[in-house]
Amino acid sequence: MKISFWLNGVYRHEEVEPDVMLLDFLRDKGCLSVKRGCETANCGLCTVLVNDKPVLSCSVLAVRVEGRKVVTMEGMQREAQEFGSFLADEGAEQCGFCNPGFIMNVFAMLKEIKNPDEEQIKEYLAGNLCRCSGFVGQTRSILKFLRYKKAQEGGAE
Amino acid sequence: MLKIRSYEKVKSVAEAYELNQKKTACVLGGMVWLKMSSRTVSTAIDLSGLGLDTVQELEDEFVIGCMTPLRDIETDERLNDYTHGAVKECLRHIVGVQFRNCATIGGSIYSRFGFSDVLTLFLAMDTYVELYKAGRVPLHEFVNMEKDRDILMNVIIKKTPLAIAYLSQRNSETDFPVLTCAAAYVNGEARTVIGARPARAMIIEDKKQLLKDFRDMGKKKRSEAILSFADYAAGHVPTGSNMRASQEYRSLLVRVLTKRAWEAVGGMKDED
Amino acid sequence: MKYVNQPIRKTDAMALVTGKPVYTDDLAPKDCLIVKVLRSPYANAWVEEIKTGNAAQTSGIVCVLTYKDVPKKRFTLAGQTYPELSPYDRLILDRHLRFVGDAVAIVAGETEQAVDKALKRIKVKYRVEAPVLDIHKAKDNPILVHPEDDWEAKVPVGADNKRNLCASNIEEKGDVDALLASCRYTVDYTYRTRPNQQTMMETFRTYCHIDHFGRLNVMSSTQIPFHVKRILGNALDIPASKIRVVKPRIGGGFGAKQTAVCEIYPAIVTWLTKRPSKIVYSRYESMICSSPRHEMEIRVRAGADENGIVKALDVYTLSNGGAYGEHSPTTVGLSGHKSIALYRHTEAYRFAYDVVYTNVQASGAYRGYGATQGIYAVESAVNELAAKMGMDPVKIRELNMPMEGEPLPAYGDCPTAPSCSMDRCLAKAKEMMDWDAKYPFRDMGNGKVRGVGVAMGMQGSSIAGVDVGSAELKLNEDGSYTLGLGCTDMGTGCDTILVQMAADCLDTKMENIVAFGVDTDISPYDSGSYASATTYTTGNAVVQACADLREKICGLGASMLGVDADKVDFDGEYVSYRETADSETSDNCEVVGGREAAGKNEAEDSGTKRVSLKDIAIKGTCGNSRELQVTRTYSSPISPPPFMVGMAEVEVDKETGKTQVVDYVAVVDCGTPINTNLARVQTEGGIAQGIGMALYEDVQYSDKGVIRNNSFMQYKIPSRQDIGDIRVEFECSYEESGPFGAKSIGELVIDTPCPAVADAVYNATGVRVRELPITPEKVAMGILKKEAGEQESNA
Repeated sequence: MKISFWLNGVYRHEEVEPDVMLLDFLRDKGCLSVKRGCETANCGLCTVLVNDKPVLSCSVLAVRVEGRKVVTMEGMQREAQEFGSFLADEGAEQCGFCNPGFIMNVFAMLKEIKNPDEEQIKEYLAGNLCRCSGFVGQTRSILKFLRYKKAQEGGAE
Repeated sequence: MLKIRSYEKVKSVAEAYELNQKKTACVLGGMVWLKMSSRTVSTAIDLSGLGLDTVQELEDEFVIGCMTPLRDIETDERLNDYTHGAVKECLRHIVGVQFRNCATIGGSIYSRFGFSDVLTLFLAMDTYVELYKAGRVPLHEFVNMEKDRDILMNVIIKKTPLAIAYLSQRNSETDFPVLTCAAAYVNGEARTVIGARPARAMIIEDKKQLLKDFRDMGKKKRSEAILSFADYAAGHVPTGSNMRASQEYRSLLVRVLTKRAWEAVGGMKDED
Repeated sequence: MKYVNQPIRKTDAMALVTGKPVYTDDLAPKDCLIVKVLRSPYANAWVEEIKTGNAAQTSGIVCVLTYKDVPKKRFTLAGQTYPELSPYDRLILDRHLRFVGDAVAIVAGETEQAVDKALKRIKVKYRVEAPVLDIHKAKDNPILVHPEDDWEAKVPVGADNKRNLCASNIEEKGDVDALLASCRYTVDYTYRTRPNQQTMMETFRTYCHIDHFGRLNVMSSTQIPFHVKRILGNALDIPASKIRVVKPRIGGGFGAKQTAVCEIYPAIVTWLTKRPSKIVYSRYESMICSSPRHEMEIRVRAGADENGIVKALDVYTLSNGGAYGEHSPTTVGLSGHKSIALYRHTEAYRFAYDVVYTNVQASGAYRGYGATQGIYAVESAVNELAAKMGMDPVKIRELNMPMEGEPLPAYGDCPTAPSCSMDRCLAKAKEMMDWDAKYPFRDMGNGKVRGVGVAMGMQGSSIAGVDVGSAELKLNEDGSYTLGLGCTDMGTGCDTILVQMAADCLDTKMENIVAFGVDTDISPYDSGSYASATTYTTGNAVVQACADLREKICGLGASMLGVDADKVDFDGEYVSYRETADSETSDNCEVVGGREAAGKNEAEDSGTKRVSLKDIAIKGTCGNSRELQVTRTYSSPISPPPFMVGMAEVEVDKETGKTQVVDYVAVVDCGTPINTNLARVQTEGGIAQGIGMALYEDVQYSDKGVIRNNSFMQYKIPSRQDIGDIRVEFECSYEESGPFGAKSIGELVIDTPCPAVADAVYNATGVRVRELPITPEKVAMGILKKEAGEQESNA
C-alpha cells in the first residue's frame, strides 16, 4: 500500500504492507532511536509523536499514519540534546535503551502540561518503564530542566 | 504475529458493515490488543476516516465516537464534570498515556473484557451503544449480547442526574485491576457495578432498597445503610480466582470498594 | 583528586540521550539472516521424530537445524572463569527437552515472516514424560532432569545428576544446635523468594558474521565477552581462536547477560552457512527461556542471648536451578556467606544447601547473586528475633552489626572487615528516617497505617582469587592516552569511572583519554562485568597501569633531559628535573628529540629543566625503542565487602492490604564513590528493583510447568508510580586495597528492600509475610487472620 506522511518534517511517500507496525517501519527507515522493549504495549520504549501526541509505535499500523506528522527523536535532536544533558547530569540515562521513548514522552508532557508537578510527572510518564535508574533520577532531571526553562523565560522577559 | 491481507479505510459505516460481514474481516480499534493476536485478518476495516473520534456534548447526552482515544475521554472536562472526575479516575491507571492515546472507546466497549475499567464505569451510567444495524442498545444489554458482525459507531451517555464514584484495586498502579467498582445514583436509583471479578463487569441492583434515599439519612444511619449494602454485594457478586488474586480476596474487596464508593457518593450532589 | 569522587557525566551519555544507533540490533546489517528457535511446549519430553522438510523448503529459509546437526559435546552457558563451577549439561539442541521453552530446532531465513512460517511447518513427535516441578521433591526423585552419562561437573561442588543435584554442601563452625538450645531467644522460620526476572530493557540479542579470515565474529549484548568466546568454542566444538567477540553499548544486564543466553543460535547458523545472522529475543522469550534469579527457600534458625547478642545462625537453602545448572553451585553460596557475616558475634553457625534440578526455566545470575535471597531470609529472621525479645530492630543491629576489623563469620574472602562504616550508615539512616518517631507504626487515619522496617546488606567486591581485571594504557603521538578495557560497561558507567581514575592518576583531563570497550581480539583479558568486580578489580588494574606508564614517561623524559629517571617528576604536562636532587646534569634539554620543546621559554624562565608530555609522545614515535604502553592485570586475594543500611516506610491500607513504599532511605558504604552521581543512581535503581521483588514481581507456573508471567503485562516490574521517595546518602569508609579507597556498589544495593519492606509491613500491621512478593492479598488476608485470632483469644 502507498502512504504519504511527514516523517520528522519531511513529506514522504512510502510503500508498506498492511500489517507492518509503525515501530518496524520506522526502524526500517533508519529511525533507530525507536526501540522495542516488549510485545504487549507496556514498556513505552517505542514512543513517538503522531500529530504531536505520544503513541506506542508498536501498536500503530504504519498505514494509519497516512497524512499525519510522525516525529521520532531523530527529528528532535536539538531538544534531545537540551533536555538530555539534564538527564546525563544526573547519571540517570544509564544504559540509555529506554531514553528515546522516555524523552519523547517528556516532550509530549511538556507540550500538554506547562509546569507539571512531581505527581503529574509520575502519572504522565507511568507508561515509560526503566529498569536501571529507579526513576528518581529521571524525575530530578525533569524538575531541574523545568527550573532551567523557567529561569530562561524569566530572563527573556 | 497478526497478519492482515488487506486494509480498507472505509468511507462510510455502511461500507464498513458490508466488509465486516465476512467472518475473517475485523474492525480495527486502537490495535493495542489486536496486534498481540496471531490471527489472520482478511480485511482490516479502519473507521478512522469517519470523524467518529470526538466527544460531543448535546443537550441531553454525550456522544462519544467509537474511535475516540481513551486519553481524550480521560481529559474531557465536560465528562469529568458530569462524572465528578470518575472518568479520569477510571482511565488514568490504564498502562500509560501513550497506550491510552492508542486504545479507543469502541475497542474497549466492543471487546467487553472482564478486566475492563471502562465497562465498569460506563455500565454504572445511563449508557447506550449505537450500532449500525441494531441501533441504540442499552449498554447493560449490549454486554451480554453475542458478538455479531454489527458496527459499533458511538457510545452515548445520557445526561441523567448522576452522582458517581469509581474505585479500583490494583496490585500495582498500572496493572490490570484486581477488582473495579462504580457506585452511582442514576436518576435517584442506586446502581453498583463490579468488574474484574475477574469475569465481566456486572450490575448489582439495590433490590432490597438498602440505599434508598440514603443521602438524606443522618451520618450514622447512612453508614449503616452503606455497610449493609456492601455486605449484600459481597454476598451476591460472583467472584473467581486468577493470577492476580483469589476468589476469597476478591469478595473481600467487593465489600470494601462498594462501601468506599458509596461513602464517596454519599457526599455528592447530582450532576446533570 | 580532580575527577574521582565527583559527579561526572558519563562519556557516552549524549549519544544515549539523543538516541544514537549504538546497540547490537542498530548495528547489525539489514541483510542478516533472521534466527529463531522452536521451543518445547512440554516441561519434560523427548524428540521422537522431527520432520523439517516442509520448513526447509519454505521460501526464504536458509537452514533448519535439529539435534542431529549440532556437536555432541556438553558445555555450560555460565559466564564464569574456567574451569566453571557450573556443570557441563547443555547441547545447542538436545533430544531431551527439559523445560517449557527449551530449544527444539533453529530456523534461519531471509525474513522474519519466512522464519515464522517455517517454524510452524516443523513437525515434531514428542514423547512426553512427567516433569519434576516441585523443588521439595526434586532431590532423589526417580525422574531425572539430566539422566545422561556425559553430564559433567568440572569442579566438585556436591553435584550428582543421578540425584537431580546441582550442588550440595554443609559448612559448620561450632556446635550450632547446642548453642541454639542455650539461647534465651530463638526463631525458626522459612522464607521464600521467586525466580525474578532482571528485565533489562534491551532483551538478549546477538549478531554474527564471518570475517575475511574466515573467523566467526560475534557482536553481542553481553557482560562476558571473553567467556562467550570460550563458550562458543565449546558449543561449536571449534578452537576459540576462530572466534572474536565484540560488545557494543548494551541496554542493561543486571546479571542476565552473564549467561550466554542466545549467542549459540546465530553462532551456529553463521558458522554453518557462513552468512551473517542475528537473533533478537522477544520479551516473551526473555521471560520464559533466559536466566532469572534462583528461586530459593531458606530456613533460618537464629538465637540470641538475653542481651540481644546474636550467637548462633543455622541457614539451610534449597535453591532451584531449573533445567540447567548455570550459576547454580555459586549463587547458593552467597545466600549464607553474605548473610551470616552480618552478625559479628556469631559463635556457631551452620550453612547447608542443596541446589536441585527441576523442569523449569534454568536460573542464572541476577544482581545480588544469592546474597539477596539469603539476606532477605536472615535479616527477616533477625527482625523476628528482635520482635520476640521486644527489642527495636535498629537496636539489635547496633549490637551485632559488622565493624571494621571485627569478624565476618562465614565470609571466607575476608575473615574480618577490612573497611566498614556500617555503624555510621545505621546512625545516619536512623536520623534520615526519623526512626524513633516513626517506629513501629503511625496510624494515619482513613484506615491507613504506616510502618517502618530496617535491614542491613553486604556484598563482595569481585570473586577473591578468581576475577581478573586488566587495563592496557598507551600514550599516543598527540599526547593523548588510550585506555583499553576488557570489562563491560552495561550502562553502569565503568568506561567513564575508569577514565576518571586514569585521569587523576595521570594528572590529565578526561577528554585526553579515550577508553574503548570490549573486542576480544584487542582488549586485555577481563573476566567481565559481574560479581561487583569492575570498579574494584579493573580499577586497580587501571591505577597500576597508570603508575607504570608514568614511570615509562618519566624514563623517556629523563633520558630526553639527560638526567636519571629517579630525579624527575611528572605533573601530567611536563617531566621536570628535580633541582634539589642533583645539579650536575646536562642542560640541553630542549634539543632532545631533535625538535624544539614546547614551552621552552617557560622552562627557561622558571629555571627548571623540563620536557613536555607532547614532546615525549612525539619522541615515542621517532627513533624510540621504549614502548609507551603498558598492560596491567589485577586479581584480588580478598573481596572487601561494601555495606549498607536500608530503611523502608510503607503505607498499608488495612482493608485492602494495598501496600506502598512511601519512603526508602539508603545509606551506603562503598568505600570512596568514584562517581557520586553514578553511585547514587546505582543505589536508586537497585532499590527500585528490590522493591519490585519485595512487592510486585511474581512468577507463577501452571501445573504443567508453563510460566504464566511471561510478558510485561503479567510480570509487573514497578512503574514510577510504584516507587516512593528513594533517598540515598553515603557514609564511606576507605578501603586500602581498593582503587582510591573504593569498594563495589552494583549488587549490594538490591539486598535490603525485601527484608526492610517485609519488616515495615509487619510493624504496620502485625502481619509477617514470609513468601515474596508481599501482595495486597497476602497482607489483607493476614490482617483478617490475625484479627480473627485476636478475637478468639479474647473470647
